Amino acid sequence: MGFTILILVLPLLSFTLLGLAGKKMPHKVAGLIGTLTLAAVTVLSYYAAITYFAGGRDANGVYAEVMPYCFRWLPFSETLCIDMGILITPITAMMLIVISTVSLMVHIYSLGYMKGERGFQRYYAFLSLFTFSMLGLVVATNIFQMYLFWELVGVSSYLLIGFYYTKPAAIAASKKAFIVTRFADLFFLIGILIYGYYTGTFSFTPQDAMMTSADAVLPIALLLMFIGGAGKSAMFPLHIWLPDAMEGPTPVSALIHAATMVVAGVFLVARMFPLFIGYAPEVLHIIAYVGAFTALYAAIVACVQTDIKRVLAFSTISQIAFMMVSLGVCTGMDPHHGGLGYMASMFHLFTHAMFKGLLFLGAGAIIHAVHSNEKSEMGGLRKYMPVTHITFLIACLAIAGIPPFSGFFSKDEILVACYEFSTPMGMFMSFVAAMTAFYMFRLYYLIFWGKSHYEEQLARYNYGQCSEKPHKPHEAPASMSVPLIILAIVTCAAGFIPFGEFISSNSEAYTIHMNKEVAATSVLLAIAGIALATVMYKNGTSRLTRKINWMLHAPIKAAYHRFYLDEVWLFITKKIIFKGISQPIAWFDRHVVDGSLDLLAKATQKAGTAIRPTQSGNLQTYSICFLIGVLLLTVILFLTGTVSIL
Amino acid sequence: MNILVLFVIIPLLTLLALWGSRNLRQTRAVMVTGSTLLLALSVYLTIDFISQRSAGDTAPMLYTASVTWFEPLNICFSIGVDGISVAMLLLSSIIVFTGTFASWRIKPMTKDFFLWYMLLSLGVYGFFISTDLFTMFMFYETALIPMYLLIGVWGSGRKEYSAMKLTLMLMGGSAFLLMGILGIYFGSGATTMNIHEIAALNNIPTELQYIFFPMTFIGFGVLGALFPFHTWSPDGHACAPTSVSMLHAGVLMKLGGYGCFRIAMYLLPQAAEELSWIFIVLTTISVVYGALSAVSQTDLKYINAYSSVSHCGLVLFAILMMNRTACTGAILQMLSHGLMTALFFALIGMIYGRTHTRDIRQMRGLMKIMPFLAVGYVIAGLANLGLPGFSGFIAEMTVFVGAFSIDDTFHRVVTIIACTSIVITAVYILRVVGRILYGEPENEEHMKLSDATWDERFTVICLVACILALGVLPMWVSDLISGGVNDVLANIH
Repeated sequence: MGFTILILVLPLLSFTLLGLAGKKMPHKVAGLIGTLTLAAVTVLSYYAAITYFAGGRDANGVYAEVMPYCFRWLPFSETLCIDMGILITPITAMMLIVISTVSLMVHIYSLGYMKGERGFQRYYAFLSLFTFSMLGLVVATNIFQMYLFWELVGVSSYLLIGFYYTKPAAIAASKKAFIVTRFADLFFLIGILIYGYYTGTFSFTPQDAMMTSADAVLPIALLLMFIGGAGKSAMFPLHIWLPDAMEGPTPVSALIHAATMVVAGVFLVARMFPLFIGYAPEVLHIIAYVGAFTALYAAIVACVQTDIKRVLAFSTISQIAFMMVSLGVCTGMDPHHGGLGYMASMFHLFTHAMFKGLLFLGAGAIIHAVHSNEKSEMGGLRKYMPVTHITFLIACLAIAGIPPFSGFFSKDEILVACYEFSTPMGMFMSFVAAMTAFYMFRLYYLIFWGKSHYEEQLARYNYGQCSEKPHKPHEAPASMSVPLIILAIVTCAAGFIPFGEFISSNSEAYTIHMNKEVAATSVLLAIAGIALATVMYKNGTSRLTRKINWMLHAPIKAAYHRFYLDEVWLFITKKIIFKGISQPIAWFDRHVVDGSLDLLAKATQKAGTAIRPTQSGNLQTYSICFLIGVLLLTVILFLTGTVSIL
Repeated sequence: MNILVLFVIIPLLTLLALWGSRNLRQTRAVMVTGSTLLLALSVYLTIDFISQRSAGDTAPMLYTASVTWFEPLNICFSIGVDGISVAMLLLSSIIVFTGTFASWRIKPMTKDFFLWYMLLSLGVYGFFISTDLFTMFMFYETALIPMYLLIGVWGSGRKEYSAMKLTLMLMGGSAFLLMGILGIYFGSGATTMNIHEIAALNNIPTELQYIFFPMTFIGFGVLGALFPFHTWSPDGHACAPTSVSMLHAGVLMKLGGYGCFRIAMYLLPQAAEELSWIFIVLTTISVVYGALSAVSQTDLKYINAYSSVSHCGLVLFAILMMNRTACTGAILQMLSHGLMTALFFALIGMIYGRTHTRDIRQMRGLMKIMPFLAVGYVIAGLANLGLPGFSGFIAEMTVFVGAFSIDDTFHRVVTIIACTSIVITAVYILRVVGRILYGEPENEEHMKLSDATWDERFTVICLVACILALGVLPMWVSDLISGGVNDVLANIH
């Protein structure tokens, strides 16, 4: 597997080349360099995954971990050090496929989407940097290497969100994304420090001998690491950066904020899964509850947003929460007894990356066509954009959980795992799944059905009511529609992958079998959700919709404003940290710490000024002082009896 | 001849040549020659040192030599280097070299500026090669005095005030330091001034150590921006010309950390062990307090000066942890901070030279106007907030891992508090980047400004390359310094 190093080296080279020499290149060349490198990386990733899985299981019936590279990068002490290397496990192989596929699609898509943009080369350089960091993250041999690439992923995300660096909203969003995730990373780092100290290693698989002493603190360490993961994976209440991150170019949202980076937290928990199960099952359950709450919260908010990318962002948060819940409800390593959630989570990660990537790329095509993010400017687009329409519909069906699309299979496994954990949890998640179907089809109808905004505008133009002729929405160019079609095909087919054969909690083969009851309920619920959306939104906003809006006016407004969480965060950062802590400290430093020094200097000066008149240079004064001094001394000497006349 | 002597001789010769130079061309030529020679020398020294070490030479100090100066007080000119000093010499040479290019267009009295600049460098080099308390102190003072003139004459803003403040505070520190050094000398029996001989004697009575450790530590700590003796730093940096800020924050502040480690901790180990908690509290305050103060500053140099307070606080913090990992981290942090802050000050100087303001509220959209400098600033910022791949990451991580490996609640708590600085750093860095580099340019005047000239590009590229080299390949540096750290720590425990 020695060639796997190329998977990391190639994107890094492409980043270096585009970063240093990109400015002098024509757009086409830069785009081709980025895309071709990524194509090579994709081929290598698939080849690596295929050879890995084709290598077969070892004597214990599991896929052995393969470590083609590992060298000591930074030694801390005799035992602790950061190693750098490549470690391939089943989930790593899967992530390689996910990342390279979506990334390649995004690279191709961007050739059309970003055409003629200022900073096109910079865009491709950052995409390469991101791909490099994300691949480095998943092949990490130890938790510290993972943290290192974790930070790099964060910064590439920062750079890409802020790609349109002249837009104030993009600047604010990039800053927010970086700082919120950095805040979460602080906990991750402390978790790593605790973990490293008590287990004596940063490796994912510490020696059992060390674990007895680490038993008591390991849950804390793992919880802290989960907080780090929750930051990247946008779990409540650290999710606030993700909706704003939609200010970045849409293909970037597809790649980073839907398919790959945001699942890093899920990947982290999955990577540490044996430790969670073995030493901290209660932390897993915390994860499950946090996830369940996040899933519901995000689903509610997604139901009322009007910006199509925001809807998708909240749907992403909700879906990632599904994956987290699925990991959280695990109670054992055996997929037949309590470990099903692991497989389900990874399966959903895989299918979600494909259909959510597709949704975002589709949204990009729509935004490209109508030049707006707002639903009100869309409507009736199915006539104008047939390819986008069909592929978007496929993705919507997949995310809603309608068979035979991929989302159905993975979500079904998650629900089964939830029901195994407890019935309330299962019912709760089924309900959220139904909401998913509702808000996705609300989105779908508002974009593609109802009255066409273009036609309305055109009519007004023809009547002379508005001066500007509206742009006619157009189907995306081939570079954009081909990735859509490819991802749609994957979305249709991915459900039939015998996923359990490759990935399961204890790495043994597991055959997925449908739980008919759960499957039937979830499909029925999904259909109910879709039906409701059809009634409410198929022909624009119906009377029923207006009635509901009127009745639920206050909660809808609150949900539209995301329950004012951003305001709370803004209050904490602006008012408390900036105005309440930082400014007083700066004032204290200037006026108290420095002021006391200045006071000392002033006092010295004043004392000098006060004494100065005595040094007048006047001989008479001096002699009087001299006489008085001598007299005084004599008197003192007499009085103390040191000197006597007789 | 001992190769180390060249570190004093070359600056001296450069000083002479500068004195004799007739015009700007000659001055520049002399400076470039001198600083290039010094850079080459320290690179050669590093390579030679590593090869001697790998050849199996385990003596604590290499290239040692000693000449008696003043018999009655046992004052010698004794020199020698271990891995730490080699690393520091390399750092100094890089900063002096790039600083030369950063002050390429300094006006007026270019010649005089470089004279003082070289004298300052002489002090720095001399300090790092000395192993004699007195010689060390002498070079230390040599490095401090030119600062007054460099800021007072070539500075900007309230330069006289700042120069005076800086000098007085550092001199106050020196006074403490001198008492500390005399205490060490007489405490150990007044037979030798040589650091290693005193360490080997290890006979300073504990009650004396209790008096002289705080004196020595504070004496050096003032230079290392120890809270609450750091306030010279914001004013001093804000008023100093670019290359002086670079040299001061990049190298001179390292004299503080180096001195604390080499003299205070090494020679007064018992007191260090007992009293370290007081200073750990102070340095933890430095780390967080400096970072928080930086968040609400509006002057670029103030932001960076407070950031330096925070980062140098981490150096002293790590030294006080007294274990190998943390102390290695401290040295790495000195190198890393030296390079990063030099880059920052260089860039700030270049931006200031164009916009004539350092107020972040008056700049906007510099990315469009001067892309090279802006990208450089983003890189410096990312390095400063500890992005992997840059030197800051490895240094901070080594410090945190080392500090965390001390198994008691006090150390754990302060380490976690210190860790929060990584978030606060991100806040103040991104605030500036978002404010001045991004967005649309607002000021019409700024639209006409030009991007970096060749000498400026050269400075920036050199420093970025060094930061990357340290960040990507940290193992050779940590190998280089681990021997020296072990020797010092062996004496403490």
